[in-house]
Parts: sequence; C-alpha cells; structure tokens
Amino acid sequence: MGMDIAFWILAVVSVASALAVVLTRDLFRAALFLVLCFFTVAGIYATLSADFLAGAQVLIYVGAIGVFIIFAIMLTRDSRQGSPSGRLRLPALFIGFLFLATMIFALVNTDWNVVAEVPTESTTSAIAHAIFSEDGFVLAFEIAAALMLAAIIGAIVLVRDK
Amino acid sequence: MDNFGYIGIFLILSIGFAATMILLPVTLRLLHIVPRKPNPTKYTTYECGMETIGKSQVRFNFRYYYFALLFVIFDIQVVFLYPWAVELSQLKLFGLVAMMVFVLIIMVGFVYAWKKGVLKWK
Repeated sequence: MGMDIAFWILAVVSVASALAVVLTRDLFRAALFLVLCFFTVAGIYATLSADFLAGAQVLIYVGAIGVFIIFAIMLTRDSRQGSPSGRLRLPALFIGFLFLATMIFALVNTDWNVVAEVPTESTTSAIAHAIFSEDGFVLAFEIAAALMLAAIIGAIVLVRDK
Repeated sequence: MDNFGYIGIFLILSIGFAATMILLPVTLRLLHIVPRKPNPTKYTTYECGMETIGKSQVRFNFRYYYFALLFVIFDIQVVFLYPWAVELSQLKLFGLVAMMVFVLIIMVGFVYAWKKGVLKWK
C-alpha cells in the first residue's frame, strides 16, 4: 500500500517534470526540472528494490550529468532562452508520438516474467561480491579505471590552452 | 529496504517544512495580521547587502570546465567505492588491494592534471 502511494507520487512527479523540461522556455529551469526527473526515477528504482541502482542514479545522473548540463548552459552565451522553434516542430512532434506509440506497443505486447516473491536482499552487497571477490570481475573493474584515466588525460589534452 | 521509507518520510517532511515557511508570511498577509507598509529599500534584492552590478545571467569562465570534468571522474569513482565500502569487512585483503590499484590508476590522471597546472587558477 505504502509502496503504491510512493510509486504513484514518483510517477506523477517524474512525468510532470519531464514535460516541464520540454515546455519550459528558460533553459536553466528546464535543466533543474531534468534533475528533478532524474531524482524521481531514482526513487522509482528504490521502490523496485534496486537500491544500488537508485544510489548510482543519484550519484551519476543527479550529481554528474545534472552538474554537467548546468555547466554547459552557464558556459554558453545567450542560450538561456533556448533555440527558437523552427520548421522542424511538426515533424519532431510526429516522430515523438511515433516513438511513444512504439514504446507503448512493445510494453503492452511483451510477456513480462513476473516473480511472485518480493526481493528482500540488498543488491549492493551482491554487486560488491560480484566485482571485488577473488572469482569476480576484478580485471574488468581495473580496466574501467584505465578508461577513466584515458578520459581525464584526453579531455585535458584536447582543451588545454597552448 | 525500510531505510528508503525513512528517506521518503524525511523528504515529505522537508518539502512540507519548506512549503510552510513560504506560505506562512503569505497567509499572515492575507489574514491582515502583517501590516503592509512598503518602501523602496524593502523591495531591493539584498536589503542589507551590497548593490548588485550588471546582470545575474553572465557567461562563466571556461576554466570551470576542468573542475566539472574532474568532479565527474571522481563521482564515477564514488559509485565503485560505495558497494566496496559496504562489504569491505567481508571482502578481506583482496578487495582492499583491488580498490587500491583502482584508486592509484585514477590518481595518475589527477597528478597529471595537477602537474599540467589545470587546478591552478590563472
């Protein structure tokens, strides 16, 4: 019962904020609505017993991607009012509705495997054992570190003033 | 899982607190408990602060980009540190060494940024 109430509050807020992202003229406010949308999606993950995914959503999407989008807006001159709507408005609306129809069709027609029992185990510790135990994915984890190192060095080399 | 319930209650309480703080003066004004005596000083943005200069929506310095970039990298590192920290007592030495190597590899990038003067504000 409590879960249902939580889900419906989160669902309504996330859909409303997602609509606000598209309909708000002020680009900065749209970015803040996007952060709210990410946050409510994290809440939906939490109601689905995916606690690690909820934490990762808050850290990566609300934290990193939200900050990066706001940075991109603040570093750009005269972008606050957004781009004026051009001739592509109607085709974009059509493609958007087509995509929505496809998604709804796929969702309704998929045979979802629903497990009867409620998952009670904390997913965080299971993920920790899958990555860090001796028969886990330690090599892939260290390769991820090398990838992040390449991202740091590459980004610094690309934009450093000569 | 119950902890998320506490987070939810905390969120509802904090939103309710913020809403009450905003609506309280409005309600008192509507009930004519608070008198209305306007003057120009009262309507300035910072009544006791400095006078503001220029627009509030300015273009920020591009050098902030480096800090945003490093923040994102260390944010991703935290995603890995979080399950590791939860289960460290059971992961024993192997998990500790694995995370040490991970942090050391990323620290190479941090030291590179440091040596290239990225963190210095010119």
